[in-house]
Amino acid sequence: MTEAYSFAYLDESTKRMIRRTLLKALAVPGYQVPFASREMPMPYGWGTGGVQVTAACLVPEDVLKVIDQGADDTTNAVSIRRFFQRTAGVAVTEHTTEASLIQTRHRIPEAPLKEGQILIYQVPIPEPLRFLEPRESETRKMHALEEYGLMHVKLYEDIARHGAIATSYGYPVKVEGRYVMDPSPIPKFDNPKLSGNPAIQLFGAGRESRIHALPPYTRVVNLDFEDHPFEPTKADAACDLCGATTSYLDEVIMDDAGGRMFCCSDTDFCATRRAAGHAGRLAPGGEAA
Amino acid sequence: MYVATKGGERAIDAAHGWLAAERRGDPGVAELSIAQIREQMALAVNRVMAEGSLYDRDLAALAIKQARGDLIEAVFLIRAYRTTLPRFGASMPMETGAMQITRRISATFKDVPGGQVLGPTFDYTHRLLDFALMAEGEAPLAPRAPAEEVPAPHVLGLLDRDGLMEPVPEGAAVPPDLTRAPLELPASRALRLQALARGDEGFVLGLAYSTQRGYGRTHAFVGELRIGMVAVEMEIPELGFAVEIGDVELTECETVNQFIGSKTEPAQFTRGYGLVLGQSERKAISMSLVDRALRWEELGEENTGAPAQDEEFVLAHCDNIQATGFLEHIKLPHYVDFQSELELIRKLRRGATAMNEAEE
Repeated sequence: MTEAYSFAYLDESTKRMIRRTLLKALAVPGYQVPFASREMPMPYGWGTGGVQVTAACLVPEDVLKVIDQGADDTTNAVSIRRFFQRTAGVAVTEHTTEASLIQTRHRIPEAPLKEGQILIYQVPIPEPLRFLEPRESETRKMHALEEYGLMHVKLYEDIARHGAIATSYGYPVKVEGRYVMDPSPIPKFDNPKLSGNPAIQLFGAGRESRIHALPPYTRVVNLDFEDHPFEPTKADAACDLCGATTSYLDEVIMDDAGGRMFCCSDTDFCATRRAAGHAGRLAPGGEAA
Repeated sequence: MYVATKGGERAIDAAHGWLAAERRGDPGVAELSIAQIREQMALAVNRVMAEGSLYDRDLAALAIKQARGDLIEAVFLIRAYRTTLPRFGASMPMETGAMQITRRISATFKDVPGGQVLGPTFDYTHRLLDFALMAEGEAPLAPRAPAEEVPAPHVLGLLDRDGLMEPVPEGAAVPPDLTRAPLELPASRALRLQALARGDEGFVLGLAYSTQRGYGRTHAFVGELRIGMVAVEMEIPELGFAVEIGDVELTECETVNQFIGSKTEPAQFTRGYGLVLGQSERKAISMSLVDRALRWEELGEENTGAPAQDEEFVLAHCDNIQATGFLEHIKLPHYVDFQSELELIRKLRRGATAMNEAEE
C-alpha cells in the first residue's frame, strides 16, 4: 500500500492546504477555519479531522501516540495508530512523555505536556453554538459580532432548572477573551489543562470541514458565573488499580449485583504509576484485595 | 480484575478475518467475478459511480463485492480511493444534446424531433418474480437493429425558442468543486447541483417527493429525460485545443415548472435540472425537483419553510458518507463522556433529594 500513496496517505498538495489552514488557525486562536476536508479511508465520526491534521503534521522523525477515551488500546486508537504505521512508517509509543505528536479522542493526557509536543483532537461538532442555533450562516455571524448572549442564557437556564450548569463534557470556553470555542467532547475535568498549555493544541473536524487551534500558552477561560464558578469534576474515588486520586476515572461494572470499580481512563498514566510501585484496592498485592 | 477493553488489537484482527469469511459466504457456491457484477448488477454499479463521484465501472463493481453488496459502504470505498487521485482540471461543458441516446422520453409532448425512445426501462414491466431467472436459463437475446442517426435536440430548447422558458442562467467558467474547497453558504447553483448529484439517492428522492406533496411546491413536468453516452472533451494547454478523452454514460432530466412573471414581465416556465453519472433516472428526476425547489429565492418565490427549500439543510445532510459516518460513530466508545454525565446526574439528584428532605 505504501508505494501507491504519499507519506502519511494524503497527497502533498492536500497536506499543504491543511498546513496553511493550521497556520491561520494558530494565528486566530479559537476561530474555526474552514478547510477542504478530504474523504479518508475511515468513516466520518471515526476521527477523519484528527487524522487529516495528524497526516499534515507528521514528519518521519515523529513518535506518535494515539488514544481514545484516554486509552491506547481501545479499538479505534489501535486502528488509527496502525493506519499511520502503515502509511507513514513512524515510530509509535504509548508513553505521553515520549510522544512528539498525540492524537486524541475525548481526553487530555494526565501527564503534563511539554513544549514541542502537538496534541491533536478529533472533533465531532466544532461549533459551540450549534445546539443553540443550527444554522452555520447564523453562528458564523454570531462569532463575528462576538454575540455570545445565547450561550450565557443557556448556562443560566441550566442553573435555574437544575441548580448547576448541566454540561459535563465539551464544556464551552473563551479563548484569549475573544472566541467561544468547543474543546471537543473532553470531560470538563480536562478543561483546566487547555489553558496555558506548553504544547500546541490542534482541533480537526473532518465532516464539518473546520480546524481550530490553541497556540502554546494560550489563555483559555471556562464560561461560568461568579456565584456558580466552573468546577472540574470526577468520580469521588481512587483508581482501584494504581491508587491515584487525582486522575479522571472510568467506572466499570463488575457484576450484576451492583459491584463496580474505578480505574484511570488514561492507561499510560495508570501503567506508569503501577510500574513505579503504586497499587490500588484491587491490584494484585494491593491494600485490600 | 479489569479486562474489559484489553485485547483491542486481537479483536480487530479477528473481526477482519470473520468479515472476510462472511463476505465470501459458502465456499461451495461459486465466487462472483467483478465482470459479473459490472454486467449483471449494472444499476447498483451506476449508483456507486454516481454517489462515489468516480466514473469507473470495474472499481465500482469491486467496491460492491468488497462491501458485500452494501452500496453505501461501496460508495465509501470509492470516495476514499477518489480522494487520493490528482485533479487535472475541468472538462469542456458536455454537449448532452449530442448524446448517443439509449433512452429519451418527454412527458410534455406526444412526439418530439428525434422521437420518444423507451429504451431499457422497468416502467411498463409487470413486477412479477421471474422464476425462469432462478432456473439459471439464459435469457433470449433481444433482436437488434441499426441505430438511426436522427438528431434529438433538447426538448426544452424547443420551448426556449418561443420564449416560453426562462433563459438558462449563466454559470461560472470553471465550475466550483466541493471535494476541493470547503462548502460555503449561500452556495451557487452549480455547487448545489454537484452536491445533489453525489447526494444519497434515498435522501434526494424523499426531498423531491416532499415537494410534490406540498412542502415547497415544484409543479414539475418531465420536459425531457435522456440517457446515453456523451463524449468528454478537455482542453490540453500544451495543444491549445480540446481533445476527446473518453465517453461517459449520463442521465439528464430537465423539468418544466410553474411560471414566473408579472404584469410587466410575460409569464415563463421555469427549469429544474438533474444530471447523474450512469443510468439512474430516479435520482436525476429527484435532483431536478430539489434543484427547482432550492431556486425559490432567485425566482422571487415565497419561502414556505419547507425542508427542500432550505439550502443549508439540504446541502448539509444529503451526503450519505457524512451522514452514515456520523450516525454510526455513536457505536464508538463514549465512556469518558458518559462517566461525566453519570457524575453530573448523581450530583443533581443529590441536590434535589437534599432539598426535598429539607422541605419535609
